[in-house]
Amino acid sequence: MTDTHSPDEPRRSTVATEVPPALAVEDLEVAYVVRGIPRQVLRGVSFHVAPGEAYGLVGESGCGKSTTAYSALRYLPRNGRITGGRVLVDGSDITSMSDAELREFRASKASMVYQDPGSALNPTIKVGPQVVEAFRILGQSKTEAQTSALHALQRVRIADPARVLGRYPHQLSGGMLQRVVIAMALACNPRLLVLDEPTTGLDATVEAEVLDLVRALRTDTDSAILLIAHNLGVIRSMCDRVGVMYAGTVVEEGDASQIFDRPQHPYTVGLLRALPRRGLRKTERSLATIPGALPQIGADLPGCVFVDRCELATHECRTVPPPVVDLGDGRSSRCHHIDRIPEIREPEAGAVVASEGETVLQIAGVSKTFRQSGHDVPALVGVDLSLADGETLGLVGESGSGKSTLAKAILGIHAPDAGGELTLDQRQLATKISKRSSDDKRAMQIVFQNPDSALNSAWTVRKILRRSVQKLTGLNQQAADDRVAVLADHLRLSPRHLDLKPSQLSGGLKQRVAIARAFAGDPRIVVCDEPTSALDVSVQAAILNLLAELQAEQRTSYVFISHDLGVVRYLADRIAVMYLGRIMEIGATDDVFAGPHHPYTEALLSAVPSVDGEPSTRIRLDGEIPSPANPPSGCVFHPRCPRFIEGTCDREEPPMVEVSLGHVIRCHIPPDELRVLQARTAAAADATEVDAVADSVVSDEPR
Amino acid sequence: MLPYILRRLVLALVTLWLLATIVFLVANVLPNDVGRTILGPFAPQETVDALNAELGTDDPMLAQYGRQMKALVTFDYGDSYQSKRPVWGILSGPLWRSAKLAFYALVMTVPIAVAAGMFAARKRDRLSDRTIVLAGLASSSIPEFVTGSILAVVFGVAFGWFPVLASFPPGTSVVSQLRFLFLPALSMSVVYFGYIARMMRASTIRALEADYTRTAVMKGLSQSQVMRTHVLRNAMGPTISVISVQVGYLFGGIIGVEKVFNYNGLGQTVLIAAKAKDLPLLQASVVIIGIVYMLSTLLADIVIAWLNPRARLELGS
Ligand SMILES: Nc1ncnc2c1ncn2[C@@H]1O[C@H](COP(=O)(O)OP(=O)(O)OP(=O)(O)O)[C@@H](O)[C@H]1O
Ligand SMILES: [Mg+2]
Repeated sequence: MTDTHSPDEPRRSTVATEVPPALAVEDLEVAYVVRGIPRQVLRGVSFHVAPGEAYGLVGESGCGKSTTAYSALRYLPRNGRITGGRVLVDGSDITSMSDAELREFRASKASMVYQDPGSALNPTIKVGPQVVEAFRILGQSKTEAQTSALHALQRVRIADPARVLGRYPHQLSGGMLQRVVIAMALACNPRLLVLDEPTTGLDATVEAEVLDLVRALRTDTDSAILLIAHNLGVIRSMCDRVGVMYAGTVVEEGDASQIFDRPQHPYTVGLLRALPRRGLRKTERSLATIPGALPQIGADLPGCVFVDRCELATHECRTVPPPVVDLGDGRSSRCHHIDRIPEIREPEAGAVVASEGETVLQIAGVSKTFRQSGHDVPALVGVDLSLADGETLGLVGESGSGKSTLAKAILGIHAPDAGGELTLDQRQLATKISKRSSDDKRAMQIVFQNPDSALNSAWTVRKILRRSVQKLTGLNQQAADDRVAVLADHLRLSPRHLDLKPSQLSGGLKQRVAIARAFAGDPRIVVCDEPTSALDVSVQAAILNLLAELQAEQRTSYVFISHDLGVVRYLADRIAVMYLGRIMEIGATDDVFAGPHHPYTEALLSAVPSVDGEPSTRIRLDGEIPSPANPPSGCVFHPRCPRFIEGTCDREEPPMVEVSLGHVIRCHIPPDELRVLQARTAAAADATEVDAVADSVVSDEPR
Repeated sequence: MLPYILRRLVLALVTLWLLATIVFLVANVLPNDVGRTILGPFAPQETVDALNAELGTDDPMLAQYGRQMKALVTFDYGDSYQSKRPVWGILSGPLWRSAKLAFYALVMTVPIAVAAGMFAARKRDRLSDRTIVLAGLASSSIPEFVTGSILAVVFGVAFGWFPVLASFPPGTSVVSQLRFLFLPALSMSVVYFGYIARMMRASTIRALEADYTRTAVMKGLSQSQVMRTHVLRNAMGPTISVISVQVGYLFGGIIGVEKVFNYNGLGQTVLIAAKAKDLPLLQASVVIIGIVYMLSTLLADIVIAWLNPRARLELGS
């Protein structure tokens, strides 16, 4: 790794004031015309991004981050209007540019990368011509542009760029596509690069690679970056400065590390406390939530935009817009009561008591092989697991590692191959759901990432829940209605919500209904498949609290699938790490996080950018998860393993080695050796950290 | 790709079989005395019986069905009941005429409709867009014989610019054939313009709103470059499907138009054959129309696959 620049060390810009900022947004007001009425979305957004600086925008979904980003390139949706303010890129006002000037500006000064690389390239044209196009527009000849395209792909570290140029977009993976998009965006060496959720939807390890790439590219361009990400860890690890947005206003701004460590606005405080940070566990305290919801667009907000959800709100906050309080050091906050910030309460400690119980579910030798166009695809291979009463088992691993297949095998949706055994409460369980008794079916329920798929949109919430109660318990109408009332109470759904249809509910409420439905028949086990991935952090916090409380009350066991390790760590009692359909490591949450880890777990852990800004060991996985159709020989992880031992790992299947009681690793390297190796890597990372600090000191000198 | 085409062809055969069976059933549900229909109400019963025996129309249904299936397989429909001439001999003229008219109408419609659709999409919700959408909607909801009659009256009778009757004498030069066929082709055009333009508008809008278009605009390409290299190719797919379906209709002949302009195409032939219970002729023309329809949709799918590699992938699987 040539990049020794630490993510957490902001690059102070050494730029003198004469140089115009790469991006200056001044009092920007934007409205969307909905049903003929312009509704204000941005209410005077102001911020500056210096050349070479990375600026992050954070805030709940719908607060106007993307709108700001699109305004910065003047590419608003058709019904969007800039109603006030200015946007200056490199000193020129883009709000007053003619079409031709705007084209010239986009070709040479600014670029954008956004979510879902899968749709960002034209599916009907090969990658080559699309990259070439970005150079042709700069006036290069055809052959020049072709050479440039090849270089551009090399620059974004794509293996075999010549071959990639000859492929169609659908033949590339998401990570590769995002690299291609970034290559095109950098073609003109833009003054301003806007990244709107560039890694959302990519796997954690791929995300880490893409972020590494952007970080590395920053050192050899002086493009300013405007980064939007809902993952605050990503923002912290990438950005020098951060703006926190709420309801179309920047409520707080400052140095990334300062914002995340010492927030000075009630909204930022709430946002950060909603996250399970610093290894927080459910046994320590429940997560803070921000009650209420973002105001509607176009709402009349005469005072502070956050007033309805603020603990500190006073009469003044309702009527007088708060001033932008300069806190020095480039920090500012829009709040009347900054001095009272420390009064904001943390949730009480000790929300849930973890408990050891009897084994509810036992899985032995479960495999699942799919047939796909004549090939056997083993999606699960010999999985052994047990789940105790009232326990949460976290399942982690890259996509394609078999997490969901395992969940479906447990539920009987995919009957496992012959030979596998499932035992529920000491009784053998039929592998196919159609062969299970209604009691067994009732005992296991699932909550999906997307609640819409589970809820009939034509019914009211009450009807949805009543149907589930009746189907699962056979209660009569009256008794079912009573049970629905009890469920709704548990899930904090008000009677008003019961009479609405799913489409009238927010994402968080819908997920509550889906959970209520799963709990309708007093299940023994609930499988939660990424239940909070689509939700904002504050809503996520509420759902996680709820799941923890329900579990404490009803002693339900959870199989909890998530790619967010912070969330898994918070909720899970034990964690199983999966790779290519196999469990590579399993153990109590604290043990798995403390190490020694399986090298794959180690890589997963270091791939996650942390909001807490801990130095990360930065183990990088090369390449992508292999196809399960032809798994590598020996240890299936060996081709990507940084600690690969030639002659052993590629020949023999590794044994399951017990590190400590209940903590098992599937690796050839003995645990003690792993411990030493991993301690050494961590020490090396700390050393680079020191180097990086030294670096930044040097770069503070005038050049 | 090749396995896909083979599969499509097998499917086409099944469809043809179904089509032939349906025509057979429909022709036989009604009380059916072919001999009587041909000879008229005053012919003596013995002559009618003799004719029925000769044609085989008094055989058991199953035997008749068997003959039809054999004809379908061998493609030999024998002689027409009515005129005793070989079916293919009778059909070749109308088939050729229908092909000419359909082709003419397509050449006239497609470029204009596609251009109008794209233009409308670019000017979405503005006056020009509304006008095109409304015109398309109106033109495709008026039955073609009404359009045909109006055109005939205005351009044929009132102005006298084009012949009112499209059936040109043998030996007419290609250029003057174009003149003869102009009004019927235009009436068909008017009907199909709306379908194609609206489809093109919808798919262009979808392409304009797609992320890849945003990428292209952000590269700094001009609007016409974006339209040409990025939007058109993606928007064409659905439109080509619509066009291919219409080729089948156009070929089947638009009876109204053929009637108004007294043009003896497949449509008229089918009508006459159905009226006369001339089963061999009817079957043969329906099968021909079916084949044209299936070939045009197959061709469309191949073109779409060529335009869009993702569609190719779906075909391959
Ligand atoms: N074209 C549009 N017409 C009307 N309203 C819109 C339009 N686009 C966005 N909005 C609304 O404007 C507000 C701000 O949207 P924006 O996409 O900027 O939010 P965001 O912060 O990027 O959210 P997310 O995190 O979900 O991407 C939201 O309430 C959204 O529903
Ligand atoms: Mg957004």
